[in-house]
Amino acid sequence: MTAAQQSPSTSHPAQPLNVIVATDCGSTTTKAILIEKVGNEYRQTYRGEAPTTVEAPFEDVTRGVLNAIAEIEELSGRTILDGDRIITPNQASQGDPKRGVDIYVSTSSAGGGLQMMVTGVVQNMTGESAQRAALGAGAIVIDVLASNDGRLPYEKIERIRTMRPDMILMSGGTDGGAVTHVVEMAEYIAAAEPRPRFGSTYQLPLVYAGNKDAQPQVNTILGKKTALEFADNIRPVLERENLAPARNKIHDLFLEHVMQQAPGYKKLIEMAGAPIMPTPAAVGVIMETIAKREGINLIGVDIGGATTDVFSVFGGLFNRTVSANLGMSYSISNVLAEAGLENIMRWVPFTIDEQTLRNRIKNKMVRPTTIPQSLDELQIEHAISREALRLALIHHKSLATGLKGVQQERTISDVFEQRTSGKTLIDLLKLDLIVGSGGILSHAPRRIQSMLMMVDAYEPLGVTTLSVDSIFMMPHLGVLSTVNEQAATDVFVRDCMVYLGTCIAPIGQGKDGERCADYEVALPDGRIDKGTLAFGDLKLFSLTRDQQATVTLQPSKQVDLGEGPGQSFTRTVKGGVVGLMLDGRGRPLQLPTDQAARVAMLTRWYQAVGLYPKGS
Amino acid sequence: MAHSYTPGLTVTERMTVRRRRILPLPGSVLVQVGDAVRADTAVARAELPGKVVPLNLANQLGIAPDEINDYLVKKEKDSVQKDDVLAENKPFIKWFKTEIRSPITGKVESVSTITGQILLREPPRVLELRGYIDGTIAEVHPEQGVTVESTCSLVQGIFGIGGETSGELVMGVKAPDQPLLPEQLNPSMKGKVVVGGAFLSAATMARAKELGIVGLVVGGIHDKDLRALLGYDLGVAITGTEQVGFTLILTEGFGTIPMAPKTFALLSAHAGQKASISGATQIRAGVIRPEIIIPHSGPAAVTKVAPAEREGIQLGDPVRIIRDPLFGKIGAVSGLPSELRAIPTESEVRVLEVRFPDGTTTVVPRANIEVIEGA
Repeated sequence: MTAAQQSPSTSHPAQPLNVIVATDCGSTTTKAILIEKVGNEYRQTYRGEAPTTVEAPFEDVTRGVLNAIAEIEELSGRTILDGDRIITPNQASQGDPKRGVDIYVSTSSAGGGLQMMVTGVVQNMTGESAQRAALGAGAIVIDVLASNDGRLPYEKIERIRTMRPDMILMSGGTDGGAVTHVVEMAEYIAAAEPRPRFGSTYQLPLVYAGNKDAQPQVNTILGKKTALEFADNIRPVLERENLAPARNKIHDLFLEHVMQQAPGYKKLIEMAGAPIMPTPAAVGVIMETIAKREGINLIGVDIGGATTDVFSVFGGLFNRTVSANLGMSYSISNVLAEAGLENIMRWVPFTIDEQTLRNRIKNKMVRPTTIPQSLDELQIEHAISREALRLALIHHKSLATGLKGVQQERTISDVFEQRTSGKTLIDLLKLDLIVGSGGILSHAPRRIQSMLMMVDAYEPLGVTTLSVDSIFMMPHLGVLSTVNEQAATDVFVRDCMVYLGTCIAPIGQGKDGERCADYEVALPDGRIDKGTLAFGDLKLFSLTRDQQATVTLQPSKQVDLGEGPGQSFTRTVKGGVVGLMLDGRGRPLQLPTDQAARVAMLTRWYQAVGLYPKGS
Repeated sequence: MAHSYTPGLTVTERMTVRRRRILPLPGSVLVQVGDAVRADTAVARAELPGKVVPLNLANQLGIAPDEINDYLVKKEKDSVQKDDVLAENKPFIKWFKTEIRSPITGKVESVSTITGQILLREPPRVLELRGYIDGTIAEVHPEQGVTVESTCSLVQGIFGIGGETSGELVMGVKAPDQPLLPEQLNPSMKGKVVVGGAFLSAATMARAKELGIVGLVVGGIHDKDLRALLGYDLGVAITGTEQVGFTLILTEGFGTIPMAPKTFALLSAHAGQKASISGATQIRAGVIRPEIIIPHSGPAAVTKVAPAEREGIQLGDPVRIIRDPLFGKIGAVSGLPSELRAIPTESEVRVLEVRFPDGTTTVVPRANIEVIEGA
């Protein structure tokens, strides 16, 4: 269970929840949705959005919330606000059904989110466990300090002094093991006298979740210098992680200390009928729920303005990472810096000089709330998002691993397999579903654009279903699920999750135009579509979510669909709003380096699936 | 859309600003409410704790950590000079004596019998906080700092680099659409803040550095020149600590973009006066924009400053288009249709109509304009 699921909620009103307003205060935009009970089920009915107002002149997050809700008022004709107050409960029983809501809930990643520093003893053991605990709680991990991280003691102390995290998580040592290294780290933290980012008068929250035998010493060293809290050891024995208690404690401290310091949060907390949840924690709740309910492996992504969060559930194991400076507005320039101009340009279906592109990207960085007005601007943003998604997945793969340093039991059948501990859990061939969320994916003018952005960035192998959050409301539903499970589920199924379709991608490479596989698609109307998928081809078949098609592929001898090279493959797949896509572009995907050839190839792909309006 | 809100940059001839000057850690405040201060007046002082140097005595003496107190010559909180003996053993044979000497001058911060470590700390470094603007102390925050108030002209930029500085305002060009060229800079501009027009090249920046110009204010620059100036590609807009020789403020954005006529006229009107400028930019929550503050002469009356209130975009508001293809164009709001409109990307968005000075109009997404605020 995640921290979010366990977090205490305030007492819920006795009357049923028929009208709910939820907001997500993002770093760029505050999104509000209205959920109403229609008959026996809940539906998302109206939405509004407004710039997040943590900046001058307001410096008060509730202003953006009220603005976004005011948009809902205008669109729905419902009176929700009485000045700066949300009218609760709904006044239906007083004969005024269009006045008030029953509850207001919110998530937030404004204020830069929760920035944490974590410490462990061994970097790729307790250090990584601590990182996973913090990431799972919705934090951005700004540094991982460990006894063996290669830095000299004074460098560690300097680092703690200069980074100014919102919170520190300390781990290290198994219960009953040696205490020296953890105590040493506590001494470094004490010597650094860390100050929190916000507020000069409150103490820095610090969660100690290491060897429980070291608690008294840690208390002596840090008790007076920090707001110290203890949680169960996150690695009580070498072979097991116990992340939930630390995650819960982080969440509680975030609400009690950190969020209170951000502009306007005290007011927001008072307005809300349930604890404010960090946005990534709320999205994590939804991702875990989908995977559990369907019994599948999934990768979820929430690409925001400042960060890109990646979630995965493989074999029931949940992981989350945040790439703190990969995003589409505040961090857009960092995507350019990290990916490099060439990598971005490889997705742009026209030529543009470097200076113009650089200036445009920087202008988006300094004015992050703007939207692409022309098609070429949209195509540039889509190119950048592919790179942000790709880089964030690489980051995720490196952290979503099995426990490191643990001796594995091996049988005779493993003798020839070179398996190491700490191997990434992300196996794209075993991936069932990719879920996309965030402005660039949720608000793409054509759904195929969201699908191809994710396919190009993740290069799924074999058969993979793709879906997208229809209007970016997963955070709202995550927090709502802690208050009313049925409302969250109803809206999620009916209004939130849009299945895009299925992508079938053979593994292998060949020359453009060469045979990749012969295909036979048995469509639900009885038609059978047969043909050859050549390398470099993208084929799209119309197939809705409630339809199924049986696909048989006979790949050429060097091509694999998960059954082995050259082995025939048959699978029944579902469609979606985009349909069934056969991706014959090869894996790994390779684009021509010559500019004219690349533009021609991109144009061919984009036209094959109707990515953009004709004539572009 | 009474509540719709679009953030904008303030360009105003007269307003009262308050700037909180807060120490990074508790210290002492050196002024009182009502005191007149100048930009370079020290208003508060703090002692930044010195660097910490850890030494593992137990290892060096070859003893158990819980024995180290028996070997210490200096105790916790003792002052030490460099090379003072911190700990020593007492062998039977004097030649085998081991002495651990202090690598620094400072004091003994802590001694740990668990890790066998001793932490030494260097003497604190005094940090003096300056007033930043000429004005009056409006508030004292005990142990933390002050709020300085000033009646001034204010120009907010969109992006900047470099820290706080001040100097006389000098016009480097005659019109807002002229680029600032190297030959327009001269030695008399040393220590001054030079205002350019539409563009500033790398060569002009190099010349400014050479001449000792403290600040440059200009419409736009090329990103590649910024990269060359900084020596790296700026990933996120969190700036203010760069040390490139001057403080740079862009009023419009990246590219060749004429400075807004209102901004240029205001700065021109104050040429010869002292300005306080800061390039610090933080385009995240708690946004900080770079600014040019030109204090008006005479002490400011200490009055309560009413928080800014905007009632959203109104017809006639001066606006700047902040996205291609019309990036940088300035006009006035001439229509506020409430229904969503499809734009060339096929997105359906809220739009507004802008009328340009030549009488032509265009429709742009509301997200792509910025109100030029300030009377």
